[in-house]
Amino acid sequence: MAEKRVDEPTGTETMGHEWDGIEELNTPLPRWWLWAFYASIAWAAVYVVLYPAWPLIDRATAGALGWTSTGQLEQELAKEQARKAPLLSAIAATPIERLADDPRLMQAAIEGGRSAFKVSCVQCHGSGAAGSKGYPNLNDDDWLWGGDIASIHFTIEHGIRQPDHDETRMSQMPAFGGMLSPDQIADLTAHVRTISGQQKADVAAARGAELFAQNCAACHGPGGKGDRGLGAPNLTDAIWLYGGDAETIGQTIANSRYGVMPRWSGRLDPVTIKMLAAYVHSLGGGEAMPKSQMAEAEGTKADGQP
Amino acid sequence: MVSPEDLTGLKKKSLYAKREPVYPKAVTGRFRRLKWLVMAVTLTIYYVTPWLRWDRGPYAPDQAVLIDLAHRRFYMFGIEIWPHEFYYVAGLLIMAGIGLFLATSAVGRAWCGYACPQTVWTDVYQHVERWIDGDRNAQIRLAKAPWTASKLARRLFKYAAFLAIAIATGGAWIFYFADAPTLLRDFIAGDAPFVAYATVGVLTATTFTLGGFMREQVCIYMCPWPRIQTAMMDEKSLTVTYKEWRGEPRARGTKKATLVDLNRGDCIDCNACVAVCPTGIDIRNGPQVGCITCALCIDACDRVMTQIGRPRGLIDYATLEDCRTEAAGGTPKPLAKTIFRPRTLIYFTLWAAIGLAMLFALGARTRLDISAQQERNPIYVRLSDGDIRNSYTVKIRNMEARPRQVEVGISDLPEAVAWTIEGSREAAEGTVPVNVPADSVAKVKLFVAAPAAGPQEDDFVFTVRSLDMEGATATVESRFERPEEGR
Repeated sequence: MAEKRVDEPTGTETMGHEWDGIEELNTPLPRWWLWAFYASIAWAAVYVVLYPAWPLIDRATAGALGWTSTGQLEQELAKEQARKAPLLSAIAATPIERLADDPRLMQAAIEGGRSAFKVSCVQCHGSGAAGSKGYPNLNDDDWLWGGDIASIHFTIEHGIRQPDHDETRMSQMPAFGGMLSPDQIADLTAHVRTISGQQKADVAAARGAELFAQNCAACHGPGGKGDRGLGAPNLTDAIWLYGGDAETIGQTIANSRYGVMPRWSGRLDPVTIKMLAAYVHSLGGGEAMPKSQMAEAEGTKADGQP
Repeated sequence: MVSPEDLTGLKKKSLYAKREPVYPKAVTGRFRRLKWLVMAVTLTIYYVTPWLRWDRGPYAPDQAVLIDLAHRRFYMFGIEIWPHEFYYVAGLLIMAGIGLFLATSAVGRAWCGYACPQTVWTDVYQHVERWIDGDRNAQIRLAKAPWTASKLARRLFKYAAFLAIAIATGGAWIFYFADAPTLLRDFIAGDAPFVAYATVGVLTATTFTLGGFMREQVCIYMCPWPRIQTAMMDEKSLTVTYKEWRGEPRARGTKKATLVDLNRGDCIDCNACVAVCPTGIDIRNGPQVGCITCALCIDACDRVMTQIGRPRGLIDYATLEDCRTEAAGGTPKPLAKTIFRPRTLIYFTLWAAIGLAMLFALGARTRLDISAQQERNPIYVRLSDGDIRNSYTVKIRNMEARPRQVEVGISDLPEAVAWTIEGSREAAEGTVPVNVPADSVAKVKLFVAAPAAGPQEDDFVFTVRSLDMEGATATVESRFERPEEGR
């Protein structure tokens, strides 16, 4: 450390620091800088008074403006609610069959349904609605109870096999384990795998065809194509809710299956249920409205107009 | 004026220095004329540009230069930049950066002295100040005078004029971001967006303070560029220099200057160079950070040299190398050689190469683009007939200022069909028609179904073709995924 001295060329006093002959000048800061520093101190003082600043044990000091981050959040949520209100009431006022007529409304319903799905449906159907064993994949084109938007809406509203509810989707397959012998069940399994194209017809399958006509055709149809009115699955396609291998089919015949889905009326508001139906219908497997229902929907529209 | 006692005395030492007011004297001369010219050109560009019109048809704004943040478009005469083409703007910024290097290498700190907004607006303010308060001496007298009614009125008038200029500065800036005539009308009527008023407010405040009061302090304390420039300049860079070998020793006053036999230099210590300096420095102390090379001291000194019958150029644009050569009795390099030196030429080549590359890219770019993103949840769906379906979000960019009909098709995927949510697999034809509005992006969800037999990951191509006369096409490669077990 060298002595403090005045640097000849600049006439400025040095700090007394020296590194390899390079000295630090004690150049004064400009005064406006000092004033900016004072101004920020004043600003901080004002801020501490106006806003929550001092941490206490379970909260912070209130601040003269009464501002809180949760209060701001509530305000913004209320604003968002108010913004969405006209859209939601428009969806509420539109019959589900007519929703697609207004693309803007349909788009809003799909987006609303997407977020509602993530709250109430992903637990069983998965976040992409792809389902898993026993929980149907909502993206595909196979629908037990109908895949048009009105049928989907009905299913969500009333649920599947809800014993305490009259309108619920209800079907029940008998457990054939007590009625048919294991050999007969094996024959039936061979037949079902034959009609779904999973194996070649053989003697066992021919025996199974007979058994099928006696026991199964009443619900699943003579060709095994299923019946939506009864919720009987199509046994000839490539989609299996519980699995299409011989063992799983044998178990299904012997023990039957009893999948349930909650009814969402009463748990979700009608607008949310409509939006969920729109979203599920939009996933890519949704079907067009059957002609008769279209006519019905036209009728309701005509009735609604003077 | 700093006295020797101030420099050495420890008693007056303070941690903070008060601003020494600068009262630059008016000056005339060739560099002053150049400064007027640059000021006129830059201010004209700044104020006139937003009002130029450029016809782009009915679907795009007709403002020649428009930064449309709301719709994320940047229009510059015939060029329209989309957000994904932001590299053009990055390229422009790189060119501006290299342009500064180039200018520094060729003509020293010319940017600081002539074109920098801080310099231009400070200059405007100083002229207004001279017009209201008078020239240097009158200004000093007024500053020392007691606060009378007339001084108060003068000051109020001056600050009002400063404020008016500041508002005009801040006000013009917003016109680059919206349709200028509409915005002006809305702004006056009080209907403009809040951000417009906020921007004008902030820019008015900064112009008023930085141009009206802080002036040279911005250059000396706040601006990083002088520091960078000191590192970029070398002994071959042009800069404003006092030719010490010719001026020293100084002889104070014209009287002494007329005495021929004295061992003395040309400098008569008249302080004209100091009086006209807008940053308040003494150029005779050698090159320094405070010098913005505006060359007004050259004009001032040349006038004095002419008056006392000495050659001009005691203070002049010169390189430090030239100064040494001249001091030793040699002749300096010609100006062209100083400007067109290797470093400058390398910067220029780089700068021009980037410019040409951008021009080429602008000329070659297509105005139709497609991108596809595959749905990952679920990756594939098995359909009831056993086929596999994937879904994609396909975005089609129509960058032309007219609506276009396009069709999207797929190729390289055997037996595959594509359809949208509005269509159906059964009704699917070879291609999917899409209407894309003018100057916008259409987003379509496309389903693609193909037989389950095939590779687990299958590359294929989405092609978009416009159905108009032009028939432009764009393609993007995507991937079709199948379950592991096939079937």
